[in-house]
Amino acid sequence: MSKVRLLVGTRKGAFVLTADGTRDDWDVRGPFFTGWEIYHLNASPADPDRIYASQTSGWFGQVVQRSDDGGETWEPVGNEFAYDGVAGTHQWYDGTQHPWEFARVWHFEPSHTDPDTVYAGAEDAALFKSTDGGQTWKELAGLRTHTTGENWQPGAGGLCLHTIIVHPENEDRITVAISAAGAFRSDDGGETWQPINKGLRSRELPDEEREVGHCVHRLAMNPSRPDVLFMQKHWHVMRSDDAGDSWQKISGNLPSDFGFPVAVHANEPDTVYVVPIKSDSEHIPPEGKLRVYRSRTGGNEWEALTDGLPQENCYVNILRDAMAVDSLDPCGIYFGTTGGQVYASPDGGDNWTPIVRDLPAVLSVEAQVVP
Amino acid sequence: MIRVALPQHLRTLASVDGEVSLEVGAPPTVRTVLDALEESYPVLCGTIRNQQTAERRDFIRFFACGMDLSCEPVDDPLPDAVVSGKEPLRVVGAMAGG
Repeated sequence: MSKVRLLVGTRKGAFVLTADGTRDDWDVRGPFFTGWEIYHLNASPADPDRIYASQTSGWFGQVVQRSDDGGETWEPVGNEFAYDGVAGTHQWYDGTQHPWEFARVWHFEPSHTDPDTVYAGAEDAALFKSTDGGQTWKELAGLRTHTTGENWQPGAGGLCLHTIIVHPENEDRITVAISAAGAFRSDDGGETWQPINKGLRSRELPDEEREVGHCVHRLAMNPSRPDVLFMQKHWHVMRSDDAGDSWQKISGNLPSDFGFPVAVHANEPDTVYVVPIKSDSEHIPPEGKLRVYRSRTGGNEWEALTDGLPQENCYVNILRDAMAVDSLDPCGIYFGTTGGQVYASPDGGDNWTPIVRDLPAVLSVEAQVVP
Repeated sequence: MIRVALPQHLRTLASVDGEVSLEVGAPPTVRTVLDALEESYPVLCGTIRNQQTAERRDFIRFFACGMDLSCEPVDDPLPDAVVSGKEPLRVVGAMAGG
């Protein structure tokens, strides 16, 4: 029977959670890298035991850890993320220009086919690539040096590149999202980029439909239908049917369309999950009820999933990289909270149970199915 | 030998217990000690000073003999007590945050 492995990054270390295919009983290992912020861990689809972890600290900077045995042991690899050429400036919170400065890696996205090839999304926003298993990193500078780059402005969490989607059949097509610049796509392996924000409206911008400046919180895609993208924006849940060329709002009957994560069911490409949060100024679940919302129609019609989730006095948040699906049938869905709970549903969201309740604040969750 | 005391997270990262001892050419300075430290423990590259500019990270401090050397020129000779091995050069994570 296949196993499910969850890779959980938290404010104070990494955890590896495993269960068999029933997903009833979980083994919890960790913390690894205790005391460090682990922004993200992600495994190679080509070699599920190859895992990359972003280990960061305000004191000691960026470390990249790599495991070749499914998280049993780790070794530090390259951590030099140098912007290509003269880094230049971007817009700061007060509207002045600010030098581009590397702070940390928010997200790793390994290649579908080569365990040694992995992309890293950084703050300040840039995309890096390694082809030697993380030993060395090279910036794909066409993104940061896009003509709009000097107008990019950080969101509250920093100017972070947090989402990387590599097309499952054409690795030259890469889609990324940056807070608060928007979504961008490359069709030549990351050499050149175009903003793909048509249809987004943001009240926080003087021109609500500006080409860049939108605070995209997360993108998600089902690999069987790679041209269909779902987006949780600062406010608004959006959908694109043309690989991001245009977007339509699909918030429908959600109690709030502010939120951070969005995920797509592994086997039903029109089944989408979001976790509404009250507002941009109150990052708590509406009414103190933790509810995942599921649409089985690709958006607009949403149902609350509550079975097993706290329905009173719950004021945690779910961060943008902290929701994931596995590829079993029925599909498992998982999310971690800022309160340290990791919830699992082995049946597509109908029923939820906490795997653990008292981890440090959860920054990221990835799910793997392993032999 | 120059003795260097590292903060706990960097000892863990470098897989060392206690202080490390380094051969450093004369005259030892903060810069040459850090060069020797990073040569012996490459995993520490980038954790104490910026890899491109060699500037000290904001929340790192260098103490020795009861003095704060953090803002002194990195090419100044280290105190005699550090050079003789009587006192360590202390690399410290600044008190910041919770």
